[in-house]
Amino acid sequence: MDPRVLEAMLPYFVENFGNAASRNHSFGWQAEEAVDYAREQIAQLIGADPKEIIITSGATEGDNLGIKGVFEMYASKGNHIITCTTEHKAVLDTCKHLEKLGAEVTYLEVQPDGLIDLKQLEAAMRPTTILVAIMYANNEIGVIQPVKEISAIAKKHGALFFTDAVQAVGKIPVDVNADGIDLMAFTAHKMYGPKGVGALYVRRKNPRVKVTAQLDGGGHERGMRSGTLNVPGIVGFGKACELARLEMASDTERISKLRDKLENALKQIDESYVNGNPAHRLPHVSNISFKYVEGEGLMMGFNKDIALSSGSACTSASLEPSYVLKALGLGDDLAHSSLRFGLGRYTTEEQIDFTIKAVTDTVLKLRDMSPLWEMFKDGVDIDAIQWAHH
Amino acid sequence: MAYSDKVIDHYSNPKNVGTLDKASKSVGTGLVGAPECGDVMRLQIEVDQATGVITDAKFKTFGCGSAIASSSLATEWLKGKTIDEAVKIDNMDLVEELNLPPVKIHCSVLAEDAIKAAINDFRSKNGLEELVFEQSHV
Repeated sequence: MDPRVLEAMLPYFVENFGNAASRNHSFGWQAEEAVDYAREQIAQLIGADPKEIIITSGATEGDNLGIKGVFEMYASKGNHIITCTTEHKAVLDTCKHLEKLGAEVTYLEVQPDGLIDLKQLEAAMRPTTILVAIMYANNEIGVIQPVKEISAIAKKHGALFFTDAVQAVGKIPVDVNADGIDLMAFTAHKMYGPKGVGALYVRRKNPRVKVTAQLDGGGHERGMRSGTLNVPGIVGFGKACELARLEMASDTERISKLRDKLENALKQIDESYVNGNPAHRLPHVSNISFKYVEGEGLMMGFNKDIALSSGSACTSASLEPSYVLKALGLGDDLAHSSLRFGLGRYTTEEQIDFTIKAVTDTVLKLRDMSPLWEMFKDGVDIDAIQWAHH
Repeated sequence: MAYSDKVIDHYSNPKNVGTLDKASKSVGTGLVGAPECGDVMRLQIEVDQATGVITDAKFKTFGCGSAIASSSLATEWLKGKTIDEAVKIDNMDLVEELNLPPVKIHCSVLAEDAIKAAINDFRSKNGLEELVFEQSHV
C-alpha cells in the first residue's frame, strides 16, 4: 500500500469514527462527507458520476453483484450471458452458478495471443443475450481486450456490457463512456490501496442500468448493496484512485521500460517464450514460459527475494496448471514452465537487474538437471514418449 | 508454502546430478512421471554385477523443489546399498527425512517408482525377471 493512502485513512479509525449512514450527528456527517469525497475521487479516475459508484468489499463481490444482479434484474428480457474462458474465477464461477439457476452461458475461446475473436462474439449474440462479461485486462498474461469493440457489439444487440477491470483501472486509462462500459468491477488493493474495498460501476444514463441487490438490508448504496460502509477503507480507496490518476502516466512510462528490459533479457534464454499479445498488454505484466524447467522449482531459486507466481499451480491442492495459459493453447507442459512477472510503483532498476540474473541463473541450473532438456538437446522427440500419467 | 531446510539444501546443492551410460549392462535407468503433470524423474544406478552393490547413482529431475530433493536424497541412499536393500526404500522414509507436506507426497512416490523402474531395467538387461511391486503410499 502507498504510505500516502495510509496517511489519508488513519484519522478515520480513531478521530473520525462516525457511521456514514448516521445523519443526525456531526460524527456521521464527517464520515458521510469523507465517503462522498472518496466516491468523487473514485469516479473521476474512470470518468464516471459519483452516483454510479457502488462500494463493495472488492472485485469478487463486484463481479458477483454485477453479473448476478443483471441476471436477476433482466430475467424478463432473456437468460443468455456471454463470457470467455480466461476470465477470473470470480466471473467464471459466478456464471457457472447462474447456469444452475437457468442461465445459458457461452464461454468464448480466446485466440493464441489471448484476445477474443470479435467475429465469434458477434456470432454468439442471441435475441436473449442480456449480458456480455469480458474482462478489461487479464491478470495472468496482461492482455487487454478490445473493450470498445466488444461494448459496441453488445450495444448493437441490446445487451449490457460488464467488465472485470481489476487489473486495468489505475494502471491504464479507463473511461466508462469512451469505452462504452455499462458495469465494471474494480478494487483498491491493485492500485496501492487497502484490501477489502472495491467498487462496482453501474451506468445511470444511456442506458440506465439496474442490478438486483445480492446483499439485502438497510438499503445502503442506492439499495444495491446494503451494509455499513467501511469508511477508512473507502477513504483509502479514494486516495489511491486520486494518486493513480495523477501518477499513471509517469508510472506507466517508467514501469513499462523496466518490464521491457526484463522481458528482452529473459527472451535471450534459449527456448523461452512470452505469452500473450505484446502489443495489447498492460505495462506492468510479463508472462514467460521457460521450456523444460518447471515453474515452481524455478521460483524456488529466488522466492526469498522476488515475489512471483507460476503458471504451474503445483503448490495448490489441485496440481492443475494455469487454465488461462491452457486457454491460449499452451500444452500442460509449457503451462507448468511459466512465470508471471508483475511490476509496480516501487519496482527499481536494481531489482530488475537482480531478477534478470536470478532467473537466468536458475533456469540454466535447473536445465542442467532437467531430463527433458537433455532429451531436447539430444534430439529426442519428447512428445513421442509414452509417459505414464500419474 | 515454506520448504523444509532439508528440501532447500538438496535443491540448492543437489547430490548426484548427471547421466550414466544407459546402454551399459551394469546401468539401470528409471524414467517416471510426465511433462504434462509437471514432474519427470530420471534415476540411474550402476551396479557391481558380482556383488549386486550399487556403486553409483545419478538423477535428473524436471519438477518442483520437493521432487528435486526427493530424487537427490534417493540417489544418496542408493549408493552402497545392494539391489535387494534398495528395493526396500519406502517413499514414506523420504517424506519423513525431507519433512514433505501432504501435497508433496507424490514427489516421494515418484522417487520410489524411479528406484524400482531403474532396478527392473537393470534386471531385464541382465536376463532377470522384473519384480512386481505393491502400490506405494499416496
